[in-house]
Amino acid sequence: MPRFLAAQPQTELITLPWEMPLEDWPEKHLVALPRGISRHVVRFVKVGGGVYAAKEVLEHLAIHEYRLLRDLIRLDVPSVEPLGVVTARVDPDGEPLDPVLITKHLQFSLPYRSLFSRGVRQDTVNRLVDAMVVLLARLHLTGFLWGDVSLSNTLFRRDAGSFAAYLVDAETGELHDQLTDGQREHDLMIARTNLFGEFCDLEAGGLLDEALDPLTLVETIENRYRELWSELTGVEEFDGSEMHRIESRVRRLNALGFDIAELDITTDFAGSTIRIQPKVVDAGHHSRRLIRLTGLDTEENQARRLLNDLDTFRARTDQQGADESIVAHQWLTQVFEPVVNAVPNELRSKREPAEIFHEVLEHRWFLSEQAGTEIDIKEAAERYMNTVLKQLPDEAVAMSLDSMGQLANPYDPSQGFLDDTVEKPYDPWEDADEIAEEEEVSTPAAAYLDIDSLRRRASANTD
Amino acid sequence: MATVSFSDATRVYPGADHPSVDRLNLDIADGEFMVLVGPSGCGKSTSLRMLAGLEEVNQGSIHIGDRDVTDLPPKDRDIAMVFQNYALYPHMTVGDNMGFALKMANVPKAERQQRVMEAAKLLGLEDFLNRKPKALSGGQRQRVAMGRAIVRQPQVFLMDEPLSNLDAKLRVSTRTQIAALQTRLGVTTVYVTHDQVEAMTMGDRVAVMKDGVLMQVDSPLHLYDTPKNLFVAGFIGSPAMNLIEGTVVDGGIQVGDYTVPVPREWLAKAAGETKLTLGIRPENFSIAESGAGIGLDVAVVEELGADAFLYGTLAGLPENERLNAQQVVARISSRRPPSRGATVRLTADAEHFHVFSTKTGDRLS
Repeated sequence: MPRFLAAQPQTELITLPWEMPLEDWPEKHLVALPRGISRHVVRFVKVGGGVYAAKEVLEHLAIHEYRLLRDLIRLDVPSVEPLGVVTARVDPDGEPLDPVLITKHLQFSLPYRSLFSRGVRQDTVNRLVDAMVVLLARLHLTGFLWGDVSLSNTLFRRDAGSFAAYLVDAETGELHDQLTDGQREHDLMIARTNLFGEFCDLEAGGLLDEALDPLTLVETIENRYRELWSELTGVEEFDGSEMHRIESRVRRLNALGFDIAELDITTDFAGSTIRIQPKVVDAGHHSRRLIRLTGLDTEENQARRLLNDLDTFRARTDQQGADESIVAHQWLTQVFEPVVNAVPNELRSKREPAEIFHEVLEHRWFLSEQAGTEIDIKEAAERYMNTVLKQLPDEAVAMSLDSMGQLANPYDPSQGFLDDTVEKPYDPWEDADEIAEEEEVSTPAAAYLDIDSLRRRASANTD
Repeated sequence: MATVSFSDATRVYPGADHPSVDRLNLDIADGEFMVLVGPSGCGKSTSLRMLAGLEEVNQGSIHIGDRDVTDLPPKDRDIAMVFQNYALYPHMTVGDNMGFALKMANVPKAERQQRVMEAAKLLGLEDFLNRKPKALSGGQRQRVAMGRAIVRQPQVFLMDEPLSNLDAKLRVSTRTQIAALQTRLGVTTVYVTHDQVEAMTMGDRVAVMKDGVLMQVDSPLHLYDTPKNLFVAGFIGSPAMNLIEGTVVDGGIQVGDYTVPVPREWLAKAAGETKLTLGIRPENFSIAESGAGIGLDVAVVEELGADAFLYGTLAGLPENERLNAQQVVARISSRRPPSRGATVRLTADAEHFHVFSTKTGDRLS
């Protein structure tokens, strides 16, 4: 009987064929979604109305990751939400099966492989890289050592023309109070290696634009990370006459989407030299403000965009002196909601509401320029939905893309394309393994320390 | 290749009242396979991470060869964490999967190919080099991951519980392969595990740690035969050494109604202690034909081939106390094993006695 460890039990999951290895699950339960490569068996399963990711993994790892992902959610780090761990699985012959960790599929998320396969533009790559860097810096700020930084372990969501990155795999992760420089360097070193490998893999599969160079890409990531980190945490020293630099540091961080919760300011005895260093920095400067004013929960850049529109609305309606939250409520009911509610049902799985609103704003700007006069938001929304949104692919649950070549197994990109032969070359080691295995079966005391064989080995070495 | 030495290396986590690693002094020879072992929280992983540069060294220093690496960033230490990344890239050949990091480090193509070829020969993967990795078995994937570290030709390999995410079958074969490879490569290796059987079968020397302190570092056999203190005695060996407390009397240590004849000079070292701990490994016991020996009430008999394991409690305990009493294990020849419920007398040769001060835990014999 399988056991479910979960915070909010999803009864529909109980009916899945837990007595089967994940690899053998019938297709009726599976969804072929593009995703990264993995060293474990991972499948997307569809139950009831939801899509979930299931990963078969050893028990201590499954539970470790489940708890860690819950901690990350609690700490408000963008990561996938864990639903539970299924343990005590046995097949019909009574043989034990590895536990399965279940996470919620992140709606409107895009794995890097689907983003790169569309003849990706340099500009898009830069935005992806930026999103990855912000995620890594946020994780490091919270004391999370990832240990396996890679594109495969990251999901991207659209964020007002940019991207927001989410962590999907925390198996190797560790949560500390604070990371040492060595730990961050270590993560960065792994990031370099893994990302380089992934870019080379895309290149080898013909999925990377020829103009893009793996080495340049990883170097960009490293440099951007260092720039961001020093902006977030670096010490700044200046003369007492330049007090405005405190304010400008705060503004720069806000512009990057971060709030300073604690700033350490020290002066020398005479007060002539000021030294500042942000001690606690929180991501989500704009999204927090937006949620406070309107209750809308969006990505950071979407929030920035919506807040800009809110400010415009305020100026246009001549309410600069009015209470901000009252104006926000007006904007929500008179501007945002009419646009979002006008999206026909069948188009709602194309983009998230906030992203649609952002694109409508973009479209209005484009239309207004064409017309030489300002176009009303309602008209812009209508025209956007009819001409643009209709043509876009569904992204609520992104489907497999044909341009990626035919996968050997549509449910498992880790197995590569359907191409070369499967007949196996000779492997001397596996032969030896088989012999060794037979020997082992004959010694039931294998779990004990075999001190006699150690003694034999030691005396053989000294002879 | 290089030596590694920890000199008074100490790591104290901010806010902690005890160091996680307390003045560690450990010299690892060039080409040696050193295993750090101990229960969780003993400081073994922290020590490895100090060497890797992930943890700060608050006091003391660490050298790799002649270089003081105490304050160097991880990438400048010329070390490789094995099995750190083992995602295999499906569109790249096995050879490229092994060698891509060299490309990143701008190693010329000819040299890259040569290093990959050498590693592949060593790993029995020559015939796979131009293949895609999708058809590889679990064990072959492990070897590609090893190959990634090997082609980098680092001074030191570091492995932190590398077998912990493998299933039982793969664990045993990978264990053997790592040990064999290390011998052939001769690269200094520091390996961390919580599993003493793994430590004993793999290491040239094993460093046993507890609560941040190095308890003993020695060859597996020395650790087994002359544990320096009670902790090492109880930790190394499976099933564990029997550690039986007795009273010092004239002529030995009294356990139950029997006086174990412990040599006088060992007892003399116990200056004034009335209670000592006697350690005897299960396989050193034999059943006393004479009827004089440590009494054991046998609760379970487990026959394994030519041997039988007897599990029980010291003789003479009332039934209701046996359940919570210390268990004594003896491994004897299974020709005529006693039946469960019987009481037997056990003896051992004095050369197999391990005598410890109960108070300090130090070895006296």
